Amino acid sequence: MNPKIQIPQLFIIGFLVLMIGIAIHLEIPMGWIISDALVRLVMNGVLVLSLMPMLRAGVGINFGLPIGVVAGLLGLCISVNLRLKGIMGLSGAMVFSFPIALVLGRGYAAILNRVKGREEITATFVGFSFIPLMNFFWATAPFSNPGMLWPIGGKGLRPVIGLKSYFAKALNNLWMVQVGELKIPIGLLLFFALLCLLMVLFFRTNFGRAMTAVGENAQFARLSGIDVGHVRTWAIILSTLVAALGICVYAQSYGFLELYDAPLMMAFPAASAILVGGSCGRHTRMGHVVVGTFLFQTTYLISGPIANEMMLPEVAEIFRMMITNGIILYALLYEGGKNNGSV
Amino acid sequence: MAVFKRVPLIFVILCCVAFYYADMSFPFVLNQVITRFIRDGVMVLALIIPIRAGMGVNFSIVVGALCAQVGLILALDLGLGSISGLVFMAFTGVTLSVIVGVIIGLCLNRVKNREMITTIIIGFLATSIYQLVFMVGYGTVISPSNPEIMLSRGIGIRNMVDLELFRNLLDTLWLLQVGKIEIPVFMILLVAAFAVGVHYITMTRLGKQFTVVGQDHEKAMTLGINVGRVRIKAIVISTLIACMGHLFYILNIGMLNVYTAQMNTDIFSCAALFAGGATLVNARVGHAFLGILLFHSLFILSPQAGQNVFGNPALGEYFRSFVAYGTIGLALILNAKHRDLGHPNFSVSNQVIKNKG
Repeated sequence: MNPKIQIPQLFIIGFLVLMIGIAIHLEIPMGWIISDALVRLVMNGVLVLSLMPMLRAGVGINFGLPIGVVAGLLGLCISVNLRLKGIMGLSGAMVFSFPIALVLGRGYAAILNRVKGREEITATFVGFSFIPLMNFFWATAPFSNPGMLWPIGGKGLRPVIGLKSYFAKALNNLWMVQVGELKIPIGLLLFFALLCLLMVLFFRTNFGRAMTAVGENAQFARLSGIDVGHVRTWAIILSTLVAALGICVYAQSYGFLELYDAPLMMAFPAASAILVGGSCGRHTRMGHVVVGTFLFQTTYLISGPIANEMMLPEVAEIFRMMITNGIILYALLYEGGKNNGSV
Repeated sequence: MAVFKRVPLIFVILCCVAFYYADMSFPFVLNQVITRFIRDGVMVLALIIPIRAGMGVNFSIVVGALCAQVGLILALDLGLGSISGLVFMAFTGVTLSVIVGVIIGLCLNRVKNREMITTIIIGFLATSIYQLVFMVGYGTVISPSNPEIMLSRGIGIRNMVDLELFRNLLDTLWLLQVGKIEIPVFMILLVAAFAVGVHYITMTRLGKQFTVVGQDHEKAMTLGINVGRVRIKAIVISTLIACMGHLFYILNIGMLNVYTAQMNTDIFSCAALFAGGATLVNARVGHAFLGILLFHSLFILSPQAGQNVFGNPALGEYFRSFVAYGTIGLALILNAKHRDLGHPNFSVSNQVIKNKG
């Protein structure tokens, strides 16, 4: 709604320019940065995209992202267990995670619909408590592929499963084009574009419009005959589904499947990315997702090698955490201040 | 309200089951629980006042804990020992926590209805700023005067700092031995003193203001209460108590994990409070004490019980974290329903509240 560039964007753009300056000074190859930035955009972009339906429907930021992520991880595990390879393996994982995400999303929605007005904090703790619950499952799950299990004892899944012999980089390397020292992952970008397009089209349908209406003014939507609970439920399910897809894309790009406590904090960088893009609660557009993820992830990307050059590798991680939480805090305060003003 | 008595009951049952399977001796468990009680007791008390003031759980007690750690590291850096060091770190911690308490209070006044998520994020942000200062700032911008606490590369404080100067200063005071059970009377009295203090605050005029603000902002305003100020006071008191609580915690352990000691203090304290039967609208000292006993008994018993039943101690660990997070989640879900029934205003969407205001 507000085309003005706000402090978080200004800050992150300034920070990015500064870091690119340092990167050039340190002679970190530009081609590598751009290629990796494109990969990271999609790698995290789908997860960020998953926040959109819930934001649009007025449910708030989905801090319960781990729920969707776990659904995706289950799909990935099934796919690895069946030893599916290449694109087949990745699409297999997506297909398997679909029904799981549907069921988990339905339950998650039932919880969030009970706590209207307090969704974000409840979602945070539902997500947090779901992780140790799933740890039980990972430690006892009846998977049979020895590549996934602890080498000693052969019981329980490993915390990190390499996907190299299955579908690591399957989508990354699809239709990869090399231009000079630039690598452009066309397949990956097309996949992301397709997902974004589907999401935009979804919000053009009647049901999508109803979702936006519920987000804008639930009372008004109810009066015009929209079943608010039903619409919110589907927004939450949709978020969970896209999050499951998101972790599939993330895992193949990363090359490893991280289980146990790995998804615990995943919601925060994603939330931060969409807020950097300029999302302001209910007014979230596709542009916010893409621009936000790109800016945020590129800062993440460049900070690593720079910190290594400075011989202080921890600094990168601390800075990332600071930026992530600083942006979320700013957004909360900014939105809160606006609400108080209108009262 | 009878509904919420279920939570402590569930904990009692879980504790009994875990005790049956863990096969630990009762004096051992009791000793452990007493230790946990004096370590974490004050921290849990810090949560009570913000809840009474209607601000929900103050997860930014982590910031109070960080203030205590800053005071401690400064005392070590300056080489202050024993009583003078104690006084110095308490004074620094309290000053700092009052300042950050005011800042947090100002932030929270902008985000009415979303205080809890904001306090979580404030806790995360403060943790990374703290890490930046002590991992990077020390040795580059700030020059340390005590090289013993520094990493060998000259930048950053060591991960683990020994508190030899302060060990056994407080917790062995007036130690009472009853059979196999050790009772550190002084520390228990100290925790009790804080409890009485918190209880006393809720009885004073300020305490009544907290309660009114917690029930209804408009009512408070018509009574001539400055809602914003009262809320800031609640957070300042909470941060201050948290700072003191964490100081006792670290001193009791006898060494400081510089970068991780503050982790999860908020989650565990909050879970303990809810385990004792507190709700998002009502918390008392009694809830805190019952909660600490139940929650920490379960915490001590569950890894061993997991080992004995499933042959895998990790499962007990997972169960512990699940209980910690799950208790908070459950309390949030149950409370929402209570609010829906009790106060019709809370069941409608934010939009209507906004229009009404």
